[in-house]
Amino acid sequence: MITLSMNGLPVTVEEGTTLLETARFFGFPVPTLCHADGLTPYGACRLCVVEIGEMARPKLVAACTYPAEQGLKVRTASSRVMRTRRMIIELLLASCPQSKVIQDLASAHDVRRQRFRQEHEDCILCGLCVRMCQEQMMANAIGFLGRGERRSVGTPFAGRSETCRLCGGCMYICPACQLRCTYNEPEKAICGGCTNLSPPCLEKQQFDDMMCYRTPCVACEIRKD
Amino acid sequence: MERLESIKDFKALQERIIADRDPQMPVLVIPAGTCGQASGANDLIRVAKRELLSAGLAERIRLRITGCHGFCQAEPSVLIEPEGTFYPKLGIKEMARVVEAVSRGQVLEDLLWRDSTTRKRIQRQSDIPFFRGQRRTLLSRHEKIDPIRAYDYIQNGGYSALVKVLEQGDARWVVDEVKASGLRGRGGAGFATGVKWDLLANMRNAAGKFLVCNADEGDPGAYMDRSVLEGNPHSIIEGMLIGAFGTGATQGIVYVRTEYPLAIKHLVIALRQARELGLMGKEILGTGFSFDIQIVRGAGAFVCGEETALIQSVEGHRGEPRQRPPYPVEKGIARKPTAINNVETWANIPIIINDGAAAFAQVGPPHNTGTKIFSLVGKVKNTGLVEVPMGITIGEIVHGVGGGPSGRAEIKAVQTGGPSGGCLPAAMFDLPVDYESLSAAGSIMGSGGMIVMDENTCMVDVAKYFMKFLKDESCGKCFSCRKGTQRMWEILDDITTGRGTMDQMDLLEELALVVKDTSMCGLGQTAANPVLSTLRYFRDEYVRHIQRKFCPATACRDLFVYRVIADKCTGCGLCVKVCPTGAITGPRKQLHSLDQSKCVKCRACYDVCRFDAIAGDAIIAVPAA
Repeated sequence: MITLSMNGLPVTVEEGTTLLETARFFGFPVPTLCHADGLTPYGACRLCVVEIGEMARPKLVAACTYPAEQGLKVRTASSRVMRTRRMIIELLLASCPQSKVIQDLASAHDVRRQRFRQEHEDCILCGLCVRMCQEQMMANAIGFLGRGERRSVGTPFAGRSETCRLCGGCMYICPACQLRCTYNEPEKAICGGCTNLSPPCLEKQQFDDMMCYRTPCVACEIRKD
Repeated sequence: MERLESIKDFKALQERIIADRDPQMPVLVIPAGTCGQASGANDLIRVAKRELLSAGLAERIRLRITGCHGFCQAEPSVLIEPEGTFYPKLGIKEMARVVEAVSRGQVLEDLLWRDSTTRKRIQRQSDIPFFRGQRRTLLSRHEKIDPIRAYDYIQNGGYSALVKVLEQGDARWVVDEVKASGLRGRGGAGFATGVKWDLLANMRNAAGKFLVCNADEGDPGAYMDRSVLEGNPHSIIEGMLIGAFGTGATQGIVYVRTEYPLAIKHLVIALRQARELGLMGKEILGTGFSFDIQIVRGAGAFVCGEETALIQSVEGHRGEPRQRPPYPVEKGIARKPTAINNVETWANIPIIINDGAAAFAQVGPPHNTGTKIFSLVGKVKNTGLVEVPMGITIGEIVHGVGGGPSGRAEIKAVQTGGPSGGCLPAAMFDLPVDYESLSAAGSIMGSGGMIVMDENTCMVDVAKYFMKFLKDESCGKCFSCRKGTQRMWEILDDITTGRGTMDQMDLLEELALVVKDTSMCGLGQTAANPVLSTLRYFRDEYVRHIQRKFCPATACRDLFVYRVIADKCTGCGLCVKVCPTGAITGPRKQLHSLDQSKCVKCRACYDVCRFDAIAGDAIIAVPAA
């Protein structure tokens, strides 16, 4: 067992526990977009940053990937953490303003505006779908393509995947597309399909046109018009 | 090559090779690294060979083709041993004359290096200011060695450090010696090499441990690793063998960029020779110590120089960093303990073992020992690779070794540490070059790039250039690094095109600090440095770009126009001649006029008027609006 201090509270956890798991177990809220139980921690969204270390050189690390260490001093909501978290939410909002999850995050963290040039992207490249496909569905149908600003999620050579079983796991896990899973009726904005693991588009016959690889998610049905 | 079965065999071979050498025989040394070949060294080699053969001099004069010596400005050059006569920038015709002169024991005065301040000719390489100001422990060995000849290396004391270690037979001693030398990682972060080795040596893993040589040198304007790999590949192999003996590692990997074909070629040859000689592989020199090195070629991603990304790449995955801990020394390649060191670090190891840790530690201030190679480029007279003791000031490098500004404009700043480094203003040139001082000043040591900038360089434009590089080279895994660099570039682009606001400048600073704080790997954590350091030292330039919409360095093309001042123009016609688009017109002796719609702002007229025309400064840059 490992004893560490979290927000001044001495806590004891099992070895191998991450800081995020520790924080959640003891009831400290730490937001995250790229973490899901059952998938390998990835550390991509940087929302879950917490401050560790003492006076001299405290640093920020992603709570989802950092293991609990004996005697570690962790602050999950210091002013530095909150400041950076707000900036990351602002960046998210500037890129994906339509996502309900991101809007909720912004509202919860009192982010009222974004000061960057507005973009309308769909994907935040959290990598949940890729890991879902690899680790839970054992399909390896999708992965990351490109790097830097050209990074995207897709199938090899952007062709139709032969290993994709159209299971819908990628859509189920996607944190950014919850509002946009609108099938082809935009007015039914929240269809609930994502949450019961049977997105309406799966019942539809036109698999050919379905995104599956989430570029651009189910919204493609709407955009084609 | 005959396999050496014992240490005795090696010593016999070394004695034989050294005895074969005639120290008085003249040698034509032609540096032909990638840079040398690009500037025409291959032609010189061809001419030299032809001349030597046709004049029947092949038995009297030797020819040695080596790696880069570091003086890029003077390439293609020839060094004549044993006198050390140096001929810079030779052409094919001059080469023939040099061969003839050497055969007669003469020196060609007119081809020697001319000092730009004293206007005097200097004969010996060691007297040229560029070389005199350096302490060339690593680079001077390049002159002595043909990189594809293992015997050349052995003749110059090569592999004797390995033999010393094998004779000693004490792994602990090796690690302690490296620790005592105070050598710090030359890749940029400056972690103590001895401490890293100690950690690796203490790792218990029956399945094996890895040693990696990181030769994924991706910084624009930095090429010291390439030069060492090309010029002296055996020193890397020897360093890694010593490291393996000290740490108990079983497998070595050199991770090198595919963009370095010559370095790969020389390394492949050197590895084969070392294996044939029994200096690498199983049962090295019959001592029971075994270690083998493989080459892994990088596919061209800048981020793969980061150690966790490098490990992913070696394993065949996407080159993406992962969060530490666990550190590579605990779980690295194939989840086995791995120590990763830079090319230059490895090249220093045989020197430490040969000369002793104490001798190495004497160079430079405490905690920053030894020499460091910098690639000095930009607006200085002498560009090239310079090796200086740590703790020397930036001014000594730029003005002493570099010889001051290349043009008539004053030097304004120096950018250290590659794209993730920072810009330091000329006022800080008495800052000592060591890991801590540079870091405190908002820059980094990095792998040792040093880009000198003068008054004609716009610092906002420089920050934008590096940010463009980083946004393209970020792996994109961390949201803060991917989007942060994109957004920083966007704001910088706004500022350099006249759309920036003061609020945006504050936002830029705020964002830069967040990117620095939250990113996972070294690339993201230092990505903000170009912005933060220019904001810190050159804030007035930002303000001028935003408020006056003017770029005084005439780098941001949207923010100025050229104008002919009627009172000053003498109508000399020089600008009309140099203008590539015909934007300037006017008969001789009369006022010239400049057509803004045709002007592409190439700056040719501005320079020619300022420096060559009688009038001087008749063409000026003014704010666009």
